[in-house]
Amino acid sequence: MSTLKSLFIASLAAGRLTGNGIQYVTIILLVTVFICSACNLLIPESSAFHVSTYTITLLGKYLCFALLALSVDVIWGYCGVLSLGHGTFFALGGYGIGMYLMRQIGDRGVYGNPDLPDFMVFLNWDTLPWYWYGMDQFWIAIVVAVAVPGLLAFVFGWLAFRSRVTGVYFSIMTQALTYALMLAFFRNEMGFGGNNGLTDFKELLGFDIQSNATRVALFLSTALLLIAALYLSRYIMKSRFGRIIVSIRDGESRTRFLGYMTNHYKVWLFVYSAALAAIAGILYVPQVGIINPGEFSPINSIEVVVWVAVGGRGTLYGAVIGALLVNYAKTKFTALMPDGWLFALGALFVGVTVFLPDGIAGYLENSARALQAKADLDNTSEDSLSKDGTSKDNNPKDKPTEEVTP
Amino acid sequence: MHGTSVIKRKIPLTAVARVAIFPPLLLLIIWTRFCFAEDTFTEQSLHSLVAQLSSASFAKKLTLVDEIEEVAGEASLPILEAFLAGQLYYLKQEQDKVFQAVKIEQDNYQILDIYTTAQVEYIDKQAFRARYKKVRINNRLRKKIKLSLSRISLSSGSEASKMQALNALMDGVDESSASLVESLYVKERSKPVKKLMSVVLAVHQLKQATRGATFNQQTDDQTEKQKITQALDLLDGRLEVSVKVALINFKAHLEDLTADDANYNHDLINPLLSKTNAIIHSIEEEINFFLFVEKLFFGLSLGSVLLLAAIGLAITFGVMGIINMAHGEMIMLGAYTTYVVQLLMPNLINYSLFVAVPAAFLVAALVGIVIQRTVIRYLYGRPLETLLATFGISLILRQAVRTLFSPLNRQVDQPSWMSGALELNPVLSLTYNRLYILAFSLLVFIALVFVIKKTSLGLNVRAVSQNRDMAKAMGVKTEWVDALTFGLGSGVAGVAGVALSQLTNVGPNLGQAYIIDSFMVVVFGGVGNLMGTLVASFSLGAANKFMEPITGTVLANILVLVFIILFIQKRPRGLFPQKGRAAE
Amino acid sequence: MNLRKIITRLVVAVITSAVTVSAMAKDTIKVGVLHSLSGTMAISETTLKDTVLMMVEEQNKKGGLLGKKLEAVVVDPASDWPLFAEKARELITKEKVDVIFGCWTSVSRKSVLPVVEELNALLFYPVQYEGEESSKNVFYTGAAPNQQAIPAVDYLEKELGVKRWVLAGTDYVYPRTTNKILEAYLKSKGVAKKDIMISYTPFGHSDWQGIVSSVKKFGAEGKKTAVVSTINGDANVPFYKELGNQGVTADNIPVVAFSVGEEELSGFDTSPLLGHLAAWNYFQSAESDANDAFIKQWKKYIKDKSRVTNDPMEATYIGFNAWAKAVEKAKSTKVDKVRKAMYGIKVPNLTGGIAEVLPNHHFTKPVLIGEIQDDGQFEIVWETPKEVPGDAWTDHLAESAKIVSDWKDSKINCGNYNTQTKKCSGQNY
Repeated sequence: MSTLKSLFIASLAAGRLTGNGIQYVTIILLVTVFICSACNLLIPESSAFHVSTYTITLLGKYLCFALLALSVDVIWGYCGVLSLGHGTFFALGGYGIGMYLMRQIGDRGVYGNPDLPDFMVFLNWDTLPWYWYGMDQFWIAIVVAVAVPGLLAFVFGWLAFRSRVTGVYFSIMTQALTYALMLAFFRNEMGFGGNNGLTDFKELLGFDIQSNATRVALFLSTALLLIAALYLSRYIMKSRFGRIIVSIRDGESRTRFLGYMTNHYKVWLFVYSAALAAIAGILYVPQVGIINPGEFSPINSIEVVVWVAVGGRGTLYGAVIGALLVNYAKTKFTALMPDGWLFALGALFVGVTVFLPDGIAGYLENSARALQAKADLDNTSEDSLSKDGTSKDNNPKDKPTEEVTP
Repeated sequence: MHGTSVIKRKIPLTAVARVAIFPPLLLLIIWTRFCFAEDTFTEQSLHSLVAQLSSASFAKKLTLVDEIEEVAGEASLPILEAFLAGQLYYLKQEQDKVFQAVKIEQDNYQILDIYTTAQVEYIDKQAFRARYKKVRINNRLRKKIKLSLSRISLSSGSEASKMQALNALMDGVDESSASLVESLYVKERSKPVKKLMSVVLAVHQLKQATRGATFNQQTDDQTEKQKITQALDLLDGRLEVSVKVALINFKAHLEDLTADDANYNHDLINPLLSKTNAIIHSIEEEINFFLFVEKLFFGLSLGSVLLLAAIGLAITFGVMGIINMAHGEMIMLGAYTTYVVQLLMPNLINYSLFVAVPAAFLVAALVGIVIQRTVIRYLYGRPLETLLATFGISLILRQAVRTLFSPLNRQVDQPSWMSGALELNPVLSLTYNRLYILAFSLLVFIALVFVIKKTSLGLNVRAVSQNRDMAKAMGVKTEWVDALTFGLGSGVAGVAGVALSQLTNVGPNLGQAYIIDSFMVVVFGGVGNLMGTLVASFSLGAANKFMEPITGTVLANILVLVFIILFIQKRPRGLFPQKGRAAE
Repeated sequence: MNLRKIITRLVVAVITSAVTVSAMAKDTIKVGVLHSLSGTMAISETTLKDTVLMMVEEQNKKGGLLGKKLEAVVVDPASDWPLFAEKARELITKEKVDVIFGCWTSVSRKSVLPVVEELNALLFYPVQYEGEESSKNVFYTGAAPNQQAIPAVDYLEKELGVKRWVLAGTDYVYPRTTNKILEAYLKSKGVAKKDIMISYTPFGHSDWQGIVSSVKKFGAEGKKTAVVSTINGDANVPFYKELGNQGVTADNIPVVAFSVGEEELSGFDTSPLLGHLAAWNYFQSAESDANDAFIKQWKKYIKDKSRVTNDPMEATYIGFNAWAKAVEKAKSTKVDKVRKAMYGIKVPNLTGGIAEVLPNHHFTKPVLIGEIQDDGQFEIVWETPKEVPGDAWTDHLAESAKIVSDWKDSKINCGNYNTQTKKCSGQNY
């Protein structure tokens, strides 16, 4: 068992050290996702290998959360800007697609009104509010669902970063933002269904949203988009733009003195992060079937930050691991001990920040590094001790030497 | 009983010549005489009436109350009062035996004879539940009893109770009560009571005029007009609701008459109408002024709540720079401490708050110090991580309270001196609990400013917050100061919890309701500036309350939040930014 | 003491899980319980979970159903609305329950609705709600608006002579809808617009100064005024406190509440609330043998003499018994068979009457008005002469007046049959 663990750590570390931590996560994700999908669609329900639709939606939800966590990691891990309001962008994206799904119901609502969603008919609205126009077109809805959170992030970020609202102040302001929006969306006058939110969806792009195939398709696209986001984020972080972002994190004033408009970099990164969160929301809503103002609640946003902290920030794949692990634990623990869960979650918050500041990814990398160092040490000592050179084949240091010799 | 009824008998007799026109009064006279003549019979019939209460239907009870008042007059006062207070009980075995039961301690009841108020027995809750059953009472009955009580206390009773009775009578003043008031008017010595009596009579006059068919061509009644003018003069400037209602109805009546051309008597009605209009206008103007004052008070009261909630944070966040997300839970701990204190001293609720304030301070401060020593001190220089860790602590504390005290809200009693309102006039009354909390918040604020500015702890706190290393070099035990400061901030939050327990639900989520507001107040006022916190909380409170009637509560909240968000973008350091080196 | 509680709970959990494992081997009828055990709604919903467990235990003592034992499967949706849908799916597909008792808030029901419809399961929803819904797969055992709000308003108008109305509520769907219906209803009875004041507050609102003051002002216009309160849970205590402090008593401005019951009042000093009203289909103080037995059984089950019973508990009781009866009638637990057997089933309610299952998936219920007493109980001051049939679609709003629900009539057989277009829209099963 322990050898397995160390093997895993070593392999992960090897991947990470060559800059490929993301690749391992990607491979694991892809394999799981495809196996699950195949088992759901192809294997009959009676079989023991069948994966239920319940599991598929559950996993799909986790993946959406992972994408959301990734978006927080991008801005917090790489730029040091802690947003306690990423739930805002997530929920806005969700509302965007929710509006589209709501319009797709058409005259199949309970009142049979072809123009107005049920809750509007019921509250005696005569016409569709202007901001609902065009939301019955899928691509318009998607664009709006990403653009609105992006725009909000731009305006908010531009105002905040320009006047150098940083650190804690920024966190508190984002929290106020999501809180204000939660209150606003609770209001029925807003035209988003108030506390009940948007629900009872029927079709997505003409596909029945309740059919297994649609669910699996959504699940697969979530996984693929998550992987795409991982790679895109890594690409951005490795680019010139990303390097400046990191330098802003490590010393904003210095970066500014070097002549970079740090505000601009931060704003665009914030917008990118908001857009990722919005996409997560877009994928989330059709899978869980409801969007309501509860998603704006400040505690949700804080929980996302904790996933990232648990997984390890500034690594991208750490956020994914954190989100998946914490949510899986949540599902398991709340079922077993509803009372104990909050104790566990609270302790997790405290424990991770105090004892595991770099999160799981950081811990793995550190111990892997230590392991590697030890292995190197062992190998060298073995080298010196062993007479025959067979063990040399396993020596990772062989490769570079080989490359050099020809 | 005999002695008291003498006075009662005399009054109607002297008045009889003057107001014999009122038939109900005759009835009044008849029963008073009747009751005087047959004193022993009265007692018996009273007993039989009371005995009927236990099994009577609500409709029957209504007439029984009337009869009790008629039969016993003033002697029915304690019985009716006990009935109103829900203290009348009867024996399950013998339904016609009615007693007064007074809850003495949490679990004990004193059973009194309702006629002699002598103690019958003193039993615990279980025995009480087993043997006694309550004489049920409902709204209509309550209203009826209140009216009866005010009629009775009008003839006897203190000045205050007379005033109260008159105010109660004014709303539903009818012939019989008006004649009663009129008869008592002559004998009354106290000036304010007399004045109020005349107002009641004037209202009655107006009501009659509204109801009656006066002012048509047939009855060209100048004396009636004069009477009404007099009544109107009396009512000028009165703020009582019933006065305004009577005036509005009278005005409507006059307007109806005006519309009815055939019976329109210009000379009579026009001056009356304009006079009524003028009086209504002046009353409304005055009412509006007092409503403005009331709104201001509401704003200040909300501000005081915000101040209390935020002031502890102004220390931990403002001075020490720690993002304490568990701040709300410190408030919650204070509120729960109040609950526990009240549990421990159930018979001294009136004094419980004086014990609860120091107790809450200690509890919250201790918890704060423990948090600081075990978690926060490892996180210095990492403010964002403190935020997460303290959020975790807040989750743990909330769940701990849930497991210890149940997830249900706990009841914290209001001491009697905090309930009710200070009635400045019929329009403006300031509730005592808000008033005390407003004063308390200022007191806490002053005390805190004193600690920070004038004590050596305060000096150390300021030194450490301005330059930790330098302070350390000068021999300040920074670790110690950190712990104490955090304890101080938490303790003050605990004290706030005591105050808030008087206003809102004491439950595990109490703190959550205030955490975001507290942060907003501190940030808006300017971090590290206690004065800023004071100004911010009161201005935000007032802004909220003045916006509320126009926009509704929810939108007012949202607008205030949005305003703060925008304001911080404009002035990142808040209203009163710290100057100099401490700023960075 | 609490440590002991935790330990006993753990032991019980271990034992029950052991029992479940052994029971799994046998053939049982599974009853899903979908009530929040944590989060904000836990306060109210935990009681209902216990009620269902008690009913299951009771049924098993009687020998179960169809010769099989009942087995309760409890999950915790944690007051998280999307989680309700997820847990419902878990109950139906993983645990394969035969029936679900659950949900409290409207939004949780709306969240679960597509799942139970998709998987053709059966949900019993035990709380009074805003109506405007009749799903094939849901039985609404609580009150529809015509079984609570409208009779209460009638009472105020007729018995207390109320002419001016304050409709105060928390800003969410149930109060919005109820107030909409009441507004239309009052207007149809000739109440002028200026005599109706509507005010909404957020969840958990605690600063009631301004609103109480404006209610006072509104009530000072010479006409008898009453407040119809759809204020939710937590916010009620500060609201009533403020009423008391500002001197608004039940005899000058009575407040009739639709969401304040025995449970909400338990443990509180109700003297400032004295005489204010509540409208429900059940009060603990109702006098009937069934009620006495139920209260006794509940106190014994929960091992706490101070615990109270309330309306949603009665709704759960009625729903459970109706389901049990339908299962026996259908001789099966198959959803479609049970559903068809449900219509017309009559079970005794706890107020001494009979609850009948209607083809629109609602029940007949008596409406009671109670005045709050100083012991936290209600004195029943008025009740409808006989049970009122629940109406899914209110007659007081134009859009829904033309819709009827009938799942029995083979010609209609849907939950939202439009009598004008003669069509059902959106029924995808």
